[in-house]
Amino acid sequence: MSEVILRLKQDPVVTLEAEVITPDKFAEMSHEQICESIVYHGKRQLRLDEFFEVEGEKSEHIVLHGDMHRVRHLGRAMTMGSLTAHGDVGMHLGAHMKGGEICIRGNAGDWVGAEMSGGKIHVRGEAGQQVGAAYRGSLAGMKGGIIIVDGSAGIEVGMRMKRGTIFIRGSVKDFAGLQMIGGTIILGEGAEIRTGAWMQRGTIISLKPIDLMPTFGESGVMNPTFISVYSNLLKPHGCELPNDQNLGCYRRFSGDRSVPGKGEILIWQEHALN
Amino acid sequence: MLRITGGTIYDPANGINGEVRDLYIADGKFSSKFDAGRTIDATGMVIMPGGVDVHTHVAGGSINFGRARTPEDHRRTHAFIRSKTRRSGLGGMAPTTFATGYLYAGMGWTTVNEAAVPVLSARHTHEELNDIPIVDKSSLVLLANNEIILDLLEEGEDERAKQIMAWYIWAAKSYGVKAVNPGGVASWKYGNDSKHLTSKISGYDHITPGTIVTKYAKMIDELGIPHPLHLHCNNLGAPGNVETTLETMRHLEGSRAHFAHLQYHAYGGDDWGNMRSEAARLAEYFNAHTNMTTDAGAVLFGDTVTITADGPWQHLLYKLTGRKWGNLDVENETGCGIVPYTYRPSNLVNAVQWAVGLELLLLINDPWRVFLSTDHPNGACFWRYPEIIQLLMCADYRNECMANLPLNIKNKISLPEISREYTLYEIATITSAGPARSLGLKHKGNLGIGKDADLVIYHQDKDIARMFGHPRYVFKGGEIVIEEGDIRETPDGKEYLIQPFYEPDIDEFLRPRFEDRYCMSFENYPVEMERIEHAQIQKCTGDDAEDGDSQ
Repeated sequence: MSEVILRLKQDPVVTLEAEVITPDKFAEMSHEQICESIVYHGKRQLRLDEFFEVEGEKSEHIVLHGDMHRVRHLGRAMTMGSLTAHGDVGMHLGAHMKGGEICIRGNAGDWVGAEMSGGKIHVRGEAGQQVGAAYRGSLAGMKGGIIIVDGSAGIEVGMRMKRGTIFIRGSVKDFAGLQMIGGTIILGEGAEIRTGAWMQRGTIISLKPIDLMPTFGESGVMNPTFISVYSNLLKPHGCELPNDQNLGCYRRFSGDRSVPGKGEILIWQEHALN
Repeated sequence: MLRITGGTIYDPANGINGEVRDLYIADGKFSSKFDAGRTIDATGMVIMPGGVDVHTHVAGGSINFGRARTPEDHRRTHAFIRSKTRRSGLGGMAPTTFATGYLYAGMGWTTVNEAAVPVLSARHTHEELNDIPIVDKSSLVLLANNEIILDLLEEGEDERAKQIMAWYIWAAKSYGVKAVNPGGVASWKYGNDSKHLTSKISGYDHITPGTIVTKYAKMIDELGIPHPLHLHCNNLGAPGNVETTLETMRHLEGSRAHFAHLQYHAYGGDDWGNMRSEAARLAEYFNAHTNMTTDAGAVLFGDTVTITADGPWQHLLYKLTGRKWGNLDVENETGCGIVPYTYRPSNLVNAVQWAVGLELLLLINDPWRVFLSTDHPNGACFWRYPEIIQLLMCADYRNECMANLPLNIKNKISLPEISREYTLYEIATITSAGPARSLGLKHKGNLGIGKDADLVIYHQDKDIARMFGHPRYVFKGGEIVIEEGDIRETPDGKEYLIQPFYEPDIDEFLRPRFEDRYCMSFENYPVEMERIEHAQIQKCTGDDAEDGDSQ
């Protein structure tokens, strides 16, 4: 399998806007075209090879190396192929993405998978704020696909998301699922405050106890069937949801009743050991 | 000097319907002779006077607020990149100032009337109008909920009220008077609305919306303002509001009046579920009463942002849609609400609205009294006018579009029974000659000798939307501004205003009342003449000059 390998050779002083680094574009470009494609270093338009050593051509598989925490818009609106980064990446990773796969062996900045509609993003490290969120003013955030973050994430995870799945293995900060319209957020290590504020629909599943706002009402204890279906679907991605009723159950809360919304928050609770 | 030869001319102001003639231009005006200069061969092309938009919102506090509320549109919309001839900007639902000029001129419109300016933001509006290139501009000032004037009407001081109306027009450096939901917005300050002509206005005992519209129309006629009362009726957008609209029309018999965006005022039924078109009934009354003009306020399906001074209606719309809502406080003058909105063919109410706009344009017989508008950006953005022209000119296309409407719209609209198709001559009337006449701009919308050389040349094209969307040439003031889709020149447009007469001592009468109510000081309030670039003061009737154009 041919690959395009980019190695960061010069650390950008200010942010480097590199929306050109997507499998869709590189699949059609020769080595020379890749080298001379334009990136924005602050307000300056520069060639890609001023910052990266480029290896390979015409491939929909991109591998990046280096500390790219100032490199933004990687994999923007990609529809196919793969993008793998060994090192941290900057904001807007995979924003507007429609397909393909992104794997980051490091941390990612804010707005991971913002307004994406398909494909998979896996961040092995930590993610910033607004994972899978809607940009300011937009009516809907993530509309499909899956985002997995092995570490923690910041505020407003899945803000206004409409469809798709976000799995944060670590903890998240405030306002997870803010104004959520649909889709599923799974919180492995719980969240800080105001989870699900203004949510209209959708599901937030927390595997650890979390504080809820008073606008959520308890509506039963259950082990819904869809959890096991979900768990099977997530297994290939290395995620699992507890669904053994001998071990515990989900407490269901509905809200946010200040909207009023029909969303649900499910909190896993293990049975007390006798 | 310039000569345009061989074009087929549609000039309704002079009764020229599709004749091949030559046009001569000298010093920015049409001329009777040609000595030397460039010749443009327009053989086989269609020539019309430049478009005039009688009702649009392109500058000032409300549209600017609308721009700020819709960043999501800016990210997806057409961007104008700065070049030698043009400034940067964004198109979309609420285009930026420079882009507004380019987009209007780009489809052959050369004069626009900003239809809603609170005096408090008039200075800002003029700054933005200055930044709209190419097109000529005028603006209307919002006065129908102005506390000072309403107080005077309440006290029975009609003559003083008239004087103050004139003072306000000049303070805003405006071209006429716009009335939005008369009395209703004043009630909104108390959390209420005044939906009917006999409704109570919160804070007043003796006046009703009916009093306001009749007295305002009379005062405007007495002041001799070129454009009649520009009226956004009470009860906009609500099912069954046709009764209010007809009642308003009856109140205004004997006065001149312009009914803005009539589409929003022509609904029957009593709930959203059974809302139906009453365009036929309204058109019948309208056809029989020649004192009125109107613009359609047509709706096209798609995304837009609704902005209006009608604060209570916008709050209702927000409650209906759950979309974003913004409300501006304009002290004691008027209100302002912003709600982004999407018109969908699958939505029965939207589908009825779409049909009503077209029905009004097709059922009102006299093209000199009904004008093309979308109440930009409320019904649709102005740059979609070519789509409406196509709907008016092609019954087949109209029927095709109607196939997408929900099935239960049957019996709610009368559009399927209408087979009328507009001719090019009628299109030139509703887009240019008619609105220019209604605005009292005698040198616009007219290809006659001595008139402003604003004209547009279109390729003949079976695809009407493409034809009107992509003119071959656009001339503004005798200069080629658009050539085959490219912006050639971006001259500054003029701004029209009027100075109606008022007694000089009105200042001292107004000062204490003003200082009671406003947060602004009296001296800082009126817009200075120096603020307005390329100002053209038009005469009011009763003034001396014959022609309206003073240099």
